[in-house]
Amino acid sequence: MSISANQILRGAALTVFLMLAACARDTVTLLPGADGGSSGTVAVLSEDGEAVALINEPYQVGRVRGDSVSTRTASAEEVKAEYGDLIGTLPPEPAIYVLYFEEGTTNLTPRSAPEMKKLLADVAERPGAEVQVTGHTDTVGKEVDNDILSQQRAALVRDLLIDMGVTPGDVISVGRGERALLIETEDEVQEPRNRRVEVTVR
Amino acid sequence: MSCLRALFFLILLPAFSIASAGAASADIGRVKNASGAASIERNGESIAAAPGLSLQESDVLVTGADGKLGVTFVDNSRFSAGPNSRIELSHFRFNATTLDGQFDTRLQKGSVAIISGQIAKKTPDAMKVRTPSSILGVRGTEFVVEADQ
Repeated sequence: MSISANQILRGAALTVFLMLAACARDTVTLLPGADGGSSGTVAVLSEDGEAVALINEPYQVGRVRGDSVSTRTASAEEVKAEYGDLIGTLPPEPAIYVLYFEEGTTNLTPRSAPEMKKLLADVAERPGAEVQVTGHTDTVGKEVDNDILSQQRAALVRDLLIDMGVTPGDVISVGRGERALLIETEDEVQEPRNRRVEVTVR
Repeated sequence: MSCLRALFFLILLPAFSIASAGAASADIGRVKNASGAASIERNGESIAAAPGLSLQESDVLVTGADGKLGVTFVDNSRFSAGPNSRIELSHFRFNATTLDGQFDTRLQKGSVAIISGQIAKKTPDAMKVRTPSSILGVRGTEFVVEADQ
């Protein structure tokens, strides 16, 4: 076979491939939130990041090709039949446990001891579990200092969890300083409920 | 024979230490459940998926006809992969202190269910899903994408 025939074949294969790619359509199905609340939004974007269409109703189905989109609304039953298995494969939602400590110590308050028990049981139950310890402060002091303080408190709790049998490689500690107040306050306000550690079990 | 075996280990040893050093610094998530033909493709090699396996940026989630795979990420987002799928975790950056980040996924084929996490909550469209034919921006939600229908 001559080289030119080979090239023609290759050209034809490329053309067919490009035609197939041009015909490709994606299906985007929005699910209602786990709490049955708002569904949020998926935006179909152009190459330069502009939203050309929004899919934002529960069970709304978008057929997408590039920036051309057609939508319809499916029934819950239809979505369950089509994707029930896939949705059922999603790992369970991460759980958050809030722990409080006697001021300036890593001794759990009496109220927090049973919470710690639940947390450890959850870690044992989840396959491939990992734990993230997140420290928080109140608004007293400078932001940068509170970042350090919250990280230190989280690191102490990480050590505590390891002492209680959690595998070191499964626990990380991070500090969020005063960015996520549990009780909203002005700056420079002492608030024990904001000086907390949240433990996320994934 | 023993000489060959020693040589074999000599070759393997550095490969092992490089792999573990990389894993320690760049965990972006973990496999939580896997069944059927389900694996992680990393640097051209295939790793059998099992609960607890750490994920890294650029990993590809791969399933066969009977495969299922559920994973979580460090920003609390969650994915499940349907059968006959290839999902590339092309770009993942996350700052756990500020919650700023960027999460780009490439659905090469098949299907994926996604529950977005802190990256999408903090910054709309910081989480994107690309398919062979389109780009989706995630604004805090749960959804399913199926490629090439």
